[in-house]
Amino acid sequence: MADHDVKAMTADIECPVFDTTAFTIAKPLSECTVAVVTTASLHHRDQADFSAGDTSFRVLDGSRRDFVLGHWSPNFDASGYAIDVNVVLPLDRLDELAASGRIGAVANRHVSFAGNQFELSTVRLDSGPQAAQLLLADGVDVVLLTPV
Amino acid sequence: MSVLAHVFEAAGLATVALGSVRSQIERTAPPRGLFCDFPLGRPLGKPGDPEFQHRVLAHAFDMVEHATHPTVETFADSIADDGESATSCPLPPRHDASLPPAVDEAQGLRPAFDRAVKAHGDTAGTGRCVAPDDIPAAIAAFGRVADGVPWKQAGIPGIPARVAQDIRGYYETAALALIAHTPAAWETTRWFLHHTEAGKVIKAARAAMEAADEKRALWFYLVPSGI
Repeated sequence: MADHDVKAMTADIECPVFDTTAFTIAKPLSECTVAVVTTASLHHRDQADFSAGDTSFRVLDGSRRDFVLGHWSPNFDASGYAIDVNVVLPLDRLDELAASGRIGAVANRHVSFAGNQFELSTVRLDSGPQAAQLLLADGVDVVLLTPV
Repeated sequence: MSVLAHVFEAAGLATVALGSVRSQIERTAPPRGLFCDFPLGRPLGKPGDPEFQHRVLAHAFDMVEHATHPTVETFADSIADDGESATSCPLPPRHDASLPPAVDEAQGLRPAFDRAVKAHGDTAGTGRCVAPDDIPAAIAAFGRVADGVPWKQAGIPGIPARVAQDIRGYYETAALALIAHTPAAWETTRWFLHHTEAGKVIKAARAAMEAADEKRALWFYLVPSGI
């Protein structure tokens, strides 16, 4: 078993195709509030776990670091995350970038979805836009998206 | 994940998406995609290495600042998995000969698991559906499946793949207390699957379920693909 073998098995998975690609130009990064949105199924212990095929999202409290990895797939390494959450959710790194002035601020809340989904219409039309509105309401300008 | 990038950009958020599978990030074409040739599960590359993580973020945020149209770029460094190396963890000696070896082994690893949780938390180990105290019983249930008991009658405490995930997480978390370095990606997984009694039991249960013509979704995800 090797990482490249696992990746090779995903090579032919059908991917959604968008006819057009929306593109938003951000204001200067030093003025931007940045949030992380991950598809690692992270959640707090006091939140509901992700079910298989779950298309909803969890709101993550940026002041905490007790994010549980809830992804259903066995096809990724979890030991790196077990040691350092920043390898998936780099909130400490963002705090450092905000302190240095590279980015304006780190959002107070972040978002987690379950990746490896095959039925994406709900994410595209419902939960995805809901998460976007939540982030916009929090004053977020830039989103870093991370998988596992 | 790229679907979210498209949705967020349409809503007025600027995004940059990290991706570790080149074909996926190229085909889904997020507005800004950064292909990072890192093992799956480590999108920022190196755990416990803030300098490396900052280099990844620097590239990503440079794209936010400077890209004027949809683009996919490649991060400068790659991290390869050799596909063979496994952590070398000492396993507990046999303690109770009346127990199945895997159950005895899991009980013997509990102090290491507890030390690892104290050091790192239980963020990727157990508790999705099996608490640490119940891991040995869950392994025993998979042992019964390996011996030919239909999985529904074997006492597996949940959906088999989710239970197997907690067992693997228990072992891989315990491993962190048994080694003195940050493991490379997949090293603790290969240790669990190929060098522990519990790993053998899970693989044997998987083979038994396949042989019994159980639904593929029930047994296929008990271990990573390619096993």
